[in-house]
Order: sequence, then structure tokens, then C-alpha cells
Amino acid sequence: MTQEITEEKLKLIESVATEIRIAVIKMLGIAGSGHSAGSLGMADVFASLYFHILNHNPKNPLWEDRDRLILSNGHICPAQYAVLSLAGYFPVEELSSLRQINSRLQGHPHRGSLPGIETTSGPLGSGLGQAIGIALAGKLDNKQWRVYCLLSDGEHNEGNHWEAVMFANKMKINNLVAIVDRNYIQIDGRTEDIMPLESLRDKYITFGWHVLEIDGHNPYEIIGATNEARAIYEKSTVIITHTTPGKGVSFMENNYLWHGKAPNEKEEKLALEELNKKTKFTEGKN
Amino acid sequence: MLKDFINKNKDKEMSAVRNGFGEAIIEEGEKNKDIVVITADVTESTRCDKFAEKFPERFFNVGVAEQGMASVAAGLGISGKIPFISSYAVFSPGRNWEQIRTTIAYNNSNVKIAGHHAGIMTGPDGATHQAIEDIATMRVMPNMKVIVPCDAIEAKKATIAVAQMWGPIYIRLAREKTPIITTDSAPFTLGKAETFWDSSDGTKEKAKMPQVCIAACGPLIANAFTAAEILEEEDIGSVVLNIHTIKPLDEQKILEMAKKCGAFVSVEDHNIIGGLGSAIAEILAVKKPTPMEFVGMQDIFGESGNSWELVEKYGLSAKDIVQAVKRVIKRK
Repeated sequence: MTQEITEEKLKLIESVATEIRIAVIKMLGIAGSGHSAGSLGMADVFASLYFHILNHNPKNPLWEDRDRLILSNGHICPAQYAVLSLAGYFPVEELSSLRQINSRLQGHPHRGSLPGIETTSGPLGSGLGQAIGIALAGKLDNKQWRVYCLLSDGEHNEGNHWEAVMFANKMKINNLVAIVDRNYIQIDGRTEDIMPLESLRDKYITFGWHVLEIDGHNPYEIIGATNEARAIYEKSTVIITHTTPGKGVSFMENNYLWHGKAPNEKEEKLALEELNKKTKFTEGKN
Repeated sequence: MLKDFINKNKDKEMSAVRNGFGEAIIEEGEKNKDIVVITADVTESTRCDKFAEKFPERFFNVGVAEQGMASVAAGLGISGKIPFISSYAVFSPGRNWEQIRTTIAYNNSNVKIAGHHAGIMTGPDGATHQAIEDIATMRVMPNMKVIVPCDAIEAKKATIAVAQMWGPIYIRLAREKTPIITTDSAPFTLGKAETFWDSSDGTKEKAKMPQVCIAACGPLIANAFTAAEILEEEDIGSVVLNIHTIKPLDEQKILEMAKKCGAFVSVEDHNIIGGLGSAIAEILAVKKPTPMEFVGMQDIFGESGNSWELVEKYGLSAKDIVQAVKRVIKRK
């Protein structure tokens, strides 16, 4: 159960988010490929989830009563790998093996390869359906744990996703929270140019969901929204988190060309310089 | 001759393979509360209606949404449940192939996929509804097992076995009433091919020695019997092998038959590319090259018509099997 959020906790989450961003840049730099923008953009959400919201135990990843975090847009797994290691699921040193042969850190997440990964993902549009299946199993067994499903905005192009949206409404799945990374970019360009989604809020409302909209870089709002979702019994809840793709690295921010690209050596250095300044700043605040 | 566990009245008694599936999910559902059933708006025709009535809390209808059905089942299957997803084979595993690949097979989720209305024997609905590719598309998927029962009795046994075996499994079921070939006492073990007819049983007569193994799956095994009887009258001995488990294939039995008969004819209501015949040929090519002929859909789509008319038109009849046997024997 979520505890009251303290100033110290907020500071911790903020510094974890920066650590995630630094790890993401380093991992992608070594791997030479991967998705920068979304991984950086969701760092604050990941930090808030694993360092406050989720009821979980990194030393016992398959603990029966854990909350389940389903990452539907598997391509931002570098951020999840980073937060899992920072939370203690596996050694931080292992992050450098991302996308390498014989690594547990697959290019897209694979259930069973790495502790803390609940489902295999990457092909878009299937995460919410799986999250609903998991939530249904919890309901059938009268479990109290909750399911959180992270989604990208681009994957809302997939018909498969909307099948799940309708089914959640039919079944009134209330032990599930969908969190959409609304960063307005996908591989080929701006979401509204490739396949307009607006009004995403109205779409979910029409489909029978309870909708919350927040700043995805504000842990206080992220935690507040998941707390509010607990009190919604009659509907499924979606939190539309507005994020800046590439957040924290100024030359990547809001540029869709960074959706599916990794930094080269020079870019990595520039990015780390900028993020390290942020670390000093947060450490100074502590 | 026919094995004694074969139904003596097989030429008169008919039932649809899917009926056996429907009975089995209820029986297993009573024993195991983790069994759940999901359909995509075809509850009655896939014989899930009685399960839905009896266990409403464990039955889910996702609407006409096979991709969603596979994804939801994947989530249930990794959370301690044993989901059966039930739709027509052209839609599941047809339309939702990628969801099955990623969220069920690669995810290693304990989901059972029942593909109904498989093959051209589906009949009047036409080629859109006649899955002739599903054995191939499921067989090529790592972690996936593939089962094709030959009649309603075997379908019941197969469904029970599938429910009790852990892991992703595809079970292929036919729509129309077909002969009840087996009896309750017929042996059934997943992964074991079963000899249903052997011309050399109880005799050392040279003319009765099998010259060919007719390996069939699904209801067309009825045609294989008729073919074996016609061949016997012409002094051509044969074995009819029922291969209900296409993956993992009973390699030992295939090699034993290759040695015993020296020639194979595969029989299936499926494209000859990628189906049962291909699976057998893959083993023979490596372990014991043996002449082979393929009776099945010759890489073309079917059409509307009744089952047995289509079987005649598309070359899946007993007569076609006999001709294939004669061709393959010449090549020995």
C-alpha cells in the first residue's frame, strides 16, 4: 500500500530518475542501438513506480502478492532495466550487457530472461490485453495486488489495443491502471501527423474509462494519480502522462528523430555532461 | 486388419469433432477451477456454451476480437490459470498469429488454442472459413505443440490431455459430423502415433506384408481405412497410422514404419506445404530417406460445397489415396 509521500521521498525519486537517464545513455551508447527518447521521457514515471508506488520485493521478484508492472511498449526497456537494477533486482554492472550476445538484457524484454520482467513485449498493442488477463486472474483468486500497464501513445494506432480497451470496460477491471506516455512522437514523426490520436482523453472517456491527465515529470502528480485510481471502483483508469521525449538531454528533447536512435560517442559525452550537472544539483539539494 | 479398438459401426455413427472438445472442457472444468474459457463471439459453434452456463465466472467473451483474446489469455496463462481460447482456425491462430507468437509462445504462457472449423471439410462457408494453413503456422512456432484429433472421442481425450499438460498447445478441430472411428478404449497418449490398421496382423502371408504406411491426421483417416481396404483387395498390404500429435512428432514410430513399409503417403485436410506430410518428410530426409507422396490441398484454396463433395473435388478421397499409394510403391 502506498505510503504518504514525503519531501525526502520526492528527492529520492528525482535523483533515481536522473540515475535512470544516465544509465540509459550509457547503455545505448555501448549497445550502439536502441530507443533514446521514450526511455528518457519515462524515467520519472519508472522512478515513482519502483521507488514508491509498487508493492514489490526486488529480492523475491516472483513474490505472490506483488503488484505487477506490465511494459507494453517494450522498446523503452532500457529505462526499466535501469530502474530494476537500481531497485536491486540485479547488479547495476549488468546494464552494460544490453543487446549483447548471451545477455539477460534482451533488446526487447523477454519474460523469464531477467528478474522483474513480467511479460514479453516489443510488438505493440498487446500489453493492455495481457495486463487485463493478469488482473482477471487476480480477481478470480481474490487477490489484492494491482496491475500497472505502461503504454506508448504511438501504439494506440494498433487495433489490438482498442480490443483490450473495450474488454476492460466490459469487465469493469478496477485493479488495473493504464499509464500512457503521451509524448506526441512515434518513429516516423509527430503522432498527430502520422495518425491523429486527439482527443485521446475523449476517446478513453467514450470507451467507458476514468481518465486522469498529469505531468509525467512530476512524481508528486504521478503518485497522486495512482492513489486516486485506487478509489475508482466502477471503472478502469487510464493516466495520460504528458512527457517530453528525450527529457533531460536538451538536444534530444521533442525531436522525433531520437525515437529509435542511440547516441554516438560524441553525443553520449554531451548528454552525460548535461545529466551529471543535474546529479550534482540533486545531490546538493540533499 | 483394423485394430480391435476401432469402432465397428464407424460407417454409420457420426459426430462432430468439436463435440468432444465441448464435453472435455466441462469435465476438466469441474475438476480444475483454474481452467478458464475465452471465446470471440462464436461460443455455441465452438461448443463452449455449456461451459459458459456452468462456470459463468470462468468464461469470458471478448467479442469479435481474436487478437485481444490471445493477449488476454496470455496474461491469464502466466498468472496460474489454464485458459482455452476458442474460435475458428482462420481467425485464431490465423488473424492473431503474432499475438500468439509473442505473448503466448515466446512468453511461454500456459494457453490452449482451440482452432475450430479447420480444413476444407468446413464446407458451405467457403474458402474464407476453411483453414488450410494452421498446422504449418503453429508448427513453425517454438514452444508450441500441435494436436489434430480424428474424431469426437479422440477430441475429448486430446482436450483432457491438453488441459493437463503444461504449456502452449494448439488443438485443431473440424466442424462437420464425421465418422466416429475410435472407441473409449482406444489408446491415446500425446506424442504417440497409433497404428489403426495393419494388413500383416495375425498372418505371415507375404501378400499381406505392408508396402506402404498411410499416415493421416484428423477425420480424413476414415478415407485412409477405405483406401487400405481397397488396396487389400488388390493384394497391396498397408499400415494406417493415426498421427494426432504433429508436434512433437513420434519420430520413433515414423522410423519404425519407414523400415517396415519402405514408403509413405501422408493424408491431411491441409495444404501439402507445411503440414503433417512436411513434418514426416523432415524426419525421413535426415534419418531414413524414403519415397513419399502427399495427399492434401495442392496449394490452392477451397470453395463452398458439402464436406464430402469437396473431399472428392480436391483429391482427398480414398481413391486419391489409393492412387498415391500406387505411385509411391513404383518409386521404391
